[in-house]
Amino acid sequence: MNRRDSIKTLTFASIGAGLLLEGCYGISREKIKRSLTRYEYGRTPEEKLYDDKLFAQKFFSNDELFTFDKLCNIILPPNEFGSIRDAEVVQLIEFMAKDIPSYQDPLREGLVWIDSESKKRFDNLFVDCKVSQQKEILDEIAYYDPNKSIDDYPKPVQWFNLVRNLTMTGYFTSEVGIKELGYKGNFPNVWDGVPQDVLDQYGLEYDKDWIDKFIDQSKRNITAEWDNDGNLIT
Amino acid sequence: MQIKNTAKEYDVIIVGSGAGGGMATKILSEAGLSVAVVEAGPYYDPANPEQMTQLKPAYHSPRRGAGTTRFFGDYDQAYGGWDIDGEPYSQSGDTDFRWFRSRMLGGRTNHWGRISLRFGPDDFKKKSIDGLGEDWPISYNDIKPYYDKVDKLIGVFGTKENIYNEPDGFFLPPPKPRLHELFYVNAARKSNVKVMPSRLSVLTKRLNNERGVCFYCNGCARSCNVYADFSSGSCLIFPAQKSGGQIDLYVNSMVRTVTTNNEGKASGVSFIDKDENKEYKLKGKVVVLAASACSSARILLNSKSKQHPNGLGNSSDLVGRYLHDSTGGDMMAFIPQLINRKTYNEDGVGGMHVYSPWWLDNKNLDFARGYHIEVWGGLGAPSYGTGFNVNSFNKFFGINKAGGYGKSLRDDMKKYYGSTIGLSGRGESIAQKSNYCEIDPNKVDKYGVPVLRFNYNWTDNEIKQAKHMQDTFEEIIHNMGAIPLWGKPGKDANYGLTKPGQIIHEVGTTRMGSNPKNSVVNEYERLHDVSNVYVVDAGPFVSQADKNPTWTILALAMRSSEKIVEEFKKQNF
Repeated sequence: MNRRDSIKTLTFASIGAGLLLEGCYGISREKIKRSLTRYEYGRTPEEKLYDDKLFAQKFFSNDELFTFDKLCNIILPPNEFGSIRDAEVVQLIEFMAKDIPSYQDPLREGLVWIDSESKKRFDNLFVDCKVSQQKEILDEIAYYDPNKSIDDYPKPVQWFNLVRNLTMTGYFTSEVGIKELGYKGNFPNVWDGVPQDVLDQYGLEYDKDWIDKFIDQSKRNITAEWDNDGNLIT
Repeated sequence: MQIKNTAKEYDVIIVGSGAGGGMATKILSEAGLSVAVVEAGPYYDPANPEQMTQLKPAYHSPRRGAGTTRFFGDYDQAYGGWDIDGEPYSQSGDTDFRWFRSRMLGGRTNHWGRISLRFGPDDFKKKSIDGLGEDWPISYNDIKPYYDKVDKLIGVFGTKENIYNEPDGFFLPPPKPRLHELFYVNAARKSNVKVMPSRLSVLTKRLNNERGVCFYCNGCARSCNVYADFSSGSCLIFPAQKSGGQIDLYVNSMVRTVTTNNEGKASGVSFIDKDENKEYKLKGKVVVLAASACSSARILLNSKSKQHPNGLGNSSDLVGRYLHDSTGGDMMAFIPQLINRKTYNEDGVGGMHVYSPWWLDNKNLDFARGYHIEVWGGLGAPSYGTGFNVNSFNKFFGINKAGGYGKSLRDDMKKYYGSTIGLSGRGESIAQKSNYCEIDPNKVDKYGVPVLRFNYNWTDNEIKQAKHMQDTFEEIIHNMGAIPLWGKPGKDANYGLTKPGQIIHEVGTTRMGSNPKNSVVNEYERLHDVSNVYVVDAGPFVSQADKNPTWTILALAMRSSEKIVEEFKKQNF
């Protein structure tokens, strides 16, 4: 995919580019609106207005979004589960920059820094550097000592940490990322305790004094009745 | 259903639709009385798909559930929060009180933790035990029949334990503990800390045909669309409407004052219709305030008249005083044994499956009153923030390098997923006359209603209790081979004691008592000064106990509502 196609893909999928879509690609407002309202998550009218306001704004330029796309792909290269594009990570970064405005300056300043560093060293924008050149720059800002405060590190290290955090959270809260992580909940089911093989793995068991007190899931649909002393009889 | 203005005189006007207001609505309407429920927020039904957040994955939110608009995250069902646009509150001196308000039908019952603990016999008579605070004018035996009825009406799981100050009730069976909870059970027992199954108002078993049974999605804070958890709307108000009660709901209607007649008796309420920004009046024979402890105090203090120049029910000058919240302290730890754990659906109910009631005798300690311990952790649903500082736990293995990029981050993510545990203490503070809310003479909200100003300082008892929490948590965490994620807060940080208000158990502002000189309401939660105004939220609490207030709000509201029905029968209104 060349750079132009990438930008197109990004902006078409982007949740922050409503106005741009309308202006540059001639897509009707109605169609944009429909693509935005896929976010149905129980908003109050006031919250909907706030979301709509953010959707209608565009913070990062297409070049900036393209650089994030490169960076996020280096941070989490695609695998058999999915990619940062499947997870819409760049769109999340654009949205969060508007939702949490204190992200704006650090995120943008980092992009300026990495391009100037790339130009200085390799006479190219970061996105146009060879992969080995990109990694040479990143290797100097990608690591920190977890015993120290990240705030005591130079700005580029802090910036890359923020981008890594947003990339990780964006991927692992997406449909593909949740699947890869192995989270299996948020789904109607019947909890009947820790699986036996897991109990065995940790040498644990359910207390014999307790086991009779827990819900017998085969009786969960039988209406509860008690005797006068509060003993359940159904 | 949502009437704007009426010449009708209701039998009862209920202000607020949370636990207390919901219970009053049910008891009073089912006795055949005509009821107006005046709620400051919008209509809300957990089963309404437009409002529902239950079962939504993080990616249904463009911010992946971040807490930008709702403090506890996008999916938490509380409309409001610590700060509401145009509805400020102020602080005196160095007070830093946090006031959480939820403006919606059902109020905070839509998102609360469902921990449903009865107060025990000692909890009503603490002054007799340690000389601090005040005794309640009622005892456990007075309220026990109502706790029993609340258990059967609403449903709570738990186990009979025969502990004197943790009375048993009519319990549904509890769910089995999760993996990290089993780690907690063993570690706490090593330190002789009692652990028992939780007591939560979640239907693990069918209670009636109106409500569904829990399907273990962990989403109680999102309010259950099959009504398997207790929310005031789904469990009290909707059933009362269904059984044919004469109930008019006024939503987006914020009560400003209780109006009075020439004899000084309540004649109704005045409220602001927030949609129209206009003020209306409703007439009622009885007014029941259930707006939350601080909101009800605010309404009373703002209800000044010739007969009540100091505010309604405030001849004692005690409305707003004895405000107290639960204490809180937390510790979070990493359990190295749980790295790279097998994943499975561990959601369970929306809260912990085991907890520790207060297990010590304060006679042997340097502080008064106890706390219970809540446990959290496990294979939780990813949401905004998941994956931040993904491999900072490397430090616990002596690896002083974190961050990086590439495939290894995916491995680190899975390695540390579900490997943490958290312990939270929630304890009893001592009600102080000097801790109070009052009307700020210089500030009004966007509707022109004078706002509250808070005055609140913890005492040594709470600070020492917080230290005890931290020491206990450290020991238990050590017992399970886990490592605390951060250093223990010291004296300069009050040993991690939360800010007053932060635990959202604020109570005590319209204290109950038999003497009108040192209390605001009588044992049936009726104002001493006015014979037809009741307060059925947590305002009447004399003391907080190391429990959560909701089950006691419900039991007291039921008892007081039955009293109101009795008085109606005697034609006393």
